[in-house]
Amino acid sequence: MTVLPPPVHADRRLVVRQGLSVAVATSLYGVSFGALSVTSGLSVLQTCLLSLLLFSGGSQFALVGILGGGGTAAAAVAASSLLGMRNSLYGLQLASTMRATGWRRLMTAQLTIDESTAVATSRADRSLRRLGFWATGVGIYVGWNLMTLVGALAGNALGDPKQFGLDAAASAAFMGLLWPRLRAREPVAIAVVAALITTVLVPAVPQGIPVLAAAAVGAAIAWCRPGTGARR
Amino acid sequence: MSTWIAVVGASVIAFVFKVAGYVVPSWWLEHPRIVRVTAMLPAALLASLVVLQTFSTGTRLTLDARAVGLLVAVLALLARAPFIVVVVLAAVTAGALRAAGWR
Repeated sequence: MTVLPPPVHADRRLVVRQGLSVAVATSLYGVSFGALSVTSGLSVLQTCLLSLLLFSGGSQFALVGILGGGGTAAAAVAASSLLGMRNSLYGLQLASTMRATGWRRLMTAQLTIDESTAVATSRADRSLRRLGFWATGVGIYVGWNLMTLVGALAGNALGDPKQFGLDAAASAAFMGLLWPRLRAREPVAIAVVAALITTVLVPAVPQGIPVLAAAAVGAAIAWCRPGTGARR
Repeated sequence: MSTWIAVVGASVIAFVFKVAGYVVPSWWLEHPRIVRVTAMLPAALLASLVVLQTFSTGTRLTLDARAVGLLVAVLALLARAPFIVVVVLAAVTAGALRAAGWR
């Protein structure tokens, strides 16, 4: 590793600005999570607790999507948790940068999500990485939770969710989360297989099983095929 | 009640996974196959959820206004629209179709 000059003030301002702009963009769609969650049958309190405690967009959408579709709590928790496994890898990548202990480590872990990891790892200098992590993580935590509350209250006021196409909004949300992952051939192949398995299984097995079967087959393909896939 | 179990259970597990990255020995998670499975799981899960949320009523397959909403979402993604725009366009499309009397 090359020795880098210490970051100048302008670099620090830039990484904070980058983190905050990612935070604003991400927080905005907390509105759609809040609205979808209450129209899926969760209370405003449950919706806000998910954003405060679970705090991982894809996992939250999966949980309320499966519960709203009539799936069991077990299936919803399983799908949500499998989606959250990638946060472990992010922690692994960030551990040497953050070097946090005690309650700071728990706070760091809670803020370890796609966006904070992406901004932090886009920098080479350690203090800039940390700054990027905190600016993005804290920014999203505050914004995402505020916007979730706004969305939950709005969703409660809307009435029939179908009238406003909120079920289609959930479809679009899952597609929007999937989209950036489809840049390499392998995830595309796995996504197609998973979609086919789900289509075949929906009429045949109890609710909640198709998504887990798709995950199991996707995992099996990734396990068996050696080679270099995209990490994110 | 089962909703509460799901909310609390998923939150606890998510936090355990997040903390694990910082505390377990790195070789546990650095095995190439573990890395690959973890990296590929979101694609499988999200693709499955797209199908479930768009083409199913729980136990039946169906084609309704949601499918058109998804189509519009894909077009918006191809045009590099931001996430929130994609979601709103899909909702407006499905809502408008239903207002016009479509399923």
